[in-house]
Amino acid sequence: MPTTPQAEQPQRSATISVLVENEAGVLARVIGLFSGRGYNIDSLTVAPVDDQGHRSRINIVTSGTEMVIEQIKAQLDRLVPVHRVSDLTQQGPHIAREMALIKVICAGEKRAEALRLGDAFRARVVDATTESFAFEMTGATDKLDAFIELMRPLGLAEVSRTGVAAMARGTRTI
Amino acid sequence: MTADTQEMQSGAEVLLRALKDQGVDVIFGYPGGAVLPIYDALFQQNAIRHILVRHEQAAVHAAEGYARSTGRVGVVLVTSGPGATNAVTGLVDALMDSIPVVCLTGQVPTHLIGNDAFQEADTTGITRPATKHNYLVKRPENLARVVHEAFYVAKSGRPGPVVIDLPKDILIGRAPYTEASIKPHRSYRPVTEPDAGQIAKAVALLKHAERPVIYTGGGVINAGPEASALLRKFVRMTGFPCTSTLMGLGAYPSSDPQFLGMLGMHGTYEANLAMHGSDVLFALGARFDDRVTGRLSAFSPNSKKIHADIDPSSINKNVPVNVPVVGDAACVLRALIAAWETDPAKSDTQAIAAWWRLIDEWRGKDSLRFTQPRAPGSIIKPQHAIRRLFEITRESGRETYITTEVGQHQMWAAQHFGFEEPNHWMTSGGLGTMGYGLPAGMGVQVAHPDALVIDIAGEASILMNIQEMGTLAQYRLPVKVFILNNEYMGMVRQWQELLHGGRYSESYSAALPDFVKLADSFHAVGLRARTVDDLDHVIREMIATDNAVIADICVDPKENCFPMIPSGAAHNEMILGPEHEADAAGITDEGLVLV
Repeated sequence: MPTTPQAEQPQRSATISVLVENEAGVLARVIGLFSGRGYNIDSLTVAPVDDQGHRSRINIVTSGTEMVIEQIKAQLDRLVPVHRVSDLTQQGPHIAREMALIKVICAGEKRAEALRLGDAFRARVVDATTESFAFEMTGATDKLDAFIELMRPLGLAEVSRTGVAAMARGTRTI
Repeated sequence: MTADTQEMQSGAEVLLRALKDQGVDVIFGYPGGAVLPIYDALFQQNAIRHILVRHEQAAVHAAEGYARSTGRVGVVLVTSGPGATNAVTGLVDALMDSIPVVCLTGQVPTHLIGNDAFQEADTTGITRPATKHNYLVKRPENLARVVHEAFYVAKSGRPGPVVIDLPKDILIGRAPYTEASIKPHRSYRPVTEPDAGQIAKAVALLKHAERPVIYTGGGVINAGPEASALLRKFVRMTGFPCTSTLMGLGAYPSSDPQFLGMLGMHGTYEANLAMHGSDVLFALGARFDDRVTGRLSAFSPNSKKIHADIDPSSINKNVPVNVPVVGDAACVLRALIAAWETDPAKSDTQAIAAWWRLIDEWRGKDSLRFTQPRAPGSIIKPQHAIRRLFEITRESGRETYITTEVGQHQMWAAQHFGFEEPNHWMTSGGLGTMGYGLPAGMGVQVAHPDALVIDIAGEASILMNIQEMGTLAQYRLPVKVFILNNEYMGMVRQWQELLHGGRYSESYSAALPDFVKLADSFHAVGLRARTVDDLDHVIREMIATDNAVIADICVDPKENCFPMIPSGAAHNEMILGPEHEADAAGITDEGLVLV
């Protein structure tokens, strides 16, 4: 496919939720589809979501032109173990949250500043030593990004993020 | 013993029972350590025949040939490790061409999986992108259900290959049998009936079309013979021109005046110019492959596009369409015919007559024209060889199935052999697998023992699965291998001539075998035509021979396949052959990157 016309079209980000049969290899199938066809994965989460563990929900944040995103949804939908594909970004307001653990190693004034900023962002301190903090923070991706950026000059040492969990607002379900 | 345990059989027996219940009568396979329990069970029954191939790739192609000529699911049985990896090319071939195949692969016992055991390979991992779906059976109670489900997945929706990986302990251990479920699949439910609103939109566009074209593909073949019959009805009732992809040949009769021939890279002048100039394009069971569209930005620039396909991911993939229709080709055609008949609007017959006059002008170019020198001792033109093969087989009145390898001979076969019926043309379209035709022909012959099955081959391609001559001998399969021998990988040579300054890097078929002697050593009949004087006689003798034949047809090594749309060019920039005025379009650097 020639790249020029595609590249000229505007790109958008999409948060896609996929309800899948919880069988061996289903995640590999989804990831293989993205790598095999050259689609982006900006974030990915997966876990069983029904009480018997038969079904899992995969949340994928991806980006591409409108045509590529439509293609991603169609390709996902034709996988045999896929029950439903929902483009939360397209379908209206939705909530998207992720959790991060953020380790900061610092002392003196920087330590006090990190703690103050943690308070302002409503991050919880879940581990502390005399030289370090580990913050737990839940929120939208850009809020986490902003907090991590602030921690960088203060001694940011390690970040572990879950990726996005998302669902539609209101009564709508997948 | 309770009644339940009496029902228990070995996994291998359960497997065969499930295959039998799915209507399987033949398996193409090759034994090995991991599948010995299945071979033992096969030995003790008569319902399912086993065809022993000489290489696992050939087993899959044979199953494809069987499937494409019958509309049923082809079945393959191979062992673990190399058996499975050898099958991968065939699986991808079936995936690209949407051919229903179930491939049973042996696997090391479950407790050894992941231990780098002898002949272990991560078969489900390797075949995941090579199949429509795959399974690893880890519990005996799932075995029968998985087999039934695999057949459903392989043949429903857009068909494709399915792998079932079978650890040896599952085959040996006791397992219960379960009948095929009549309940719908948990998650996989392809849509076959089109949306009425979309059909109405399609009919509205078609009724007002002034320069319509119907562009059909392999989806029509896959939808069964009824789809081809409905296509004929629809094309005739609309009076529209119809063209076909390589995969779709035979769905609409090539001899019909409304048929424009194949479109695309080596398609006819009239088909490609009609695509380029049309105002309403109706694509049915085709997928706008790069071999069809040429340069996308210049593809059919002024048409409104209707695209009906059973696979929603094929729609809007390469080309944005105005009216997407998801459904099975036969269901779509049935709905379209009904809607066309009830719609009171009349199509613009005057505009369509003018469109046909234009098309006939293009047709007048006779873009497939070639000149066969007639003087005694003249070299055979490959196009002439195909033409005569077509004419002589037609005169013979025999039911004829054609398979091909990949390259120039494949394109000449598509251009010059007229196909009147679906399921009679088996070629590797999507993957372009050299070595496809002989094993595919084998599978066709197994399904149609009395038919005339001809593999139109090149001397390079045929060597990629030549070992299957042994299979032909063992099962007395009278497949005819018709080699257009130009002593080159012809299509590679052609591209090197046209695109790479005539530097024929590694494309000469050096050290070829003597194909007549080769046939002889495989208990087949070898024939050779050196000049145009020998050709008809060799073809007639080949057809009359009750045995497998290799006919070595020595053809002009310099002949190129035209017309040709160079990579990166548009439909209206096609190159016609030397028979026509030299109006060669320039090949852009961007085009050179494309294959």
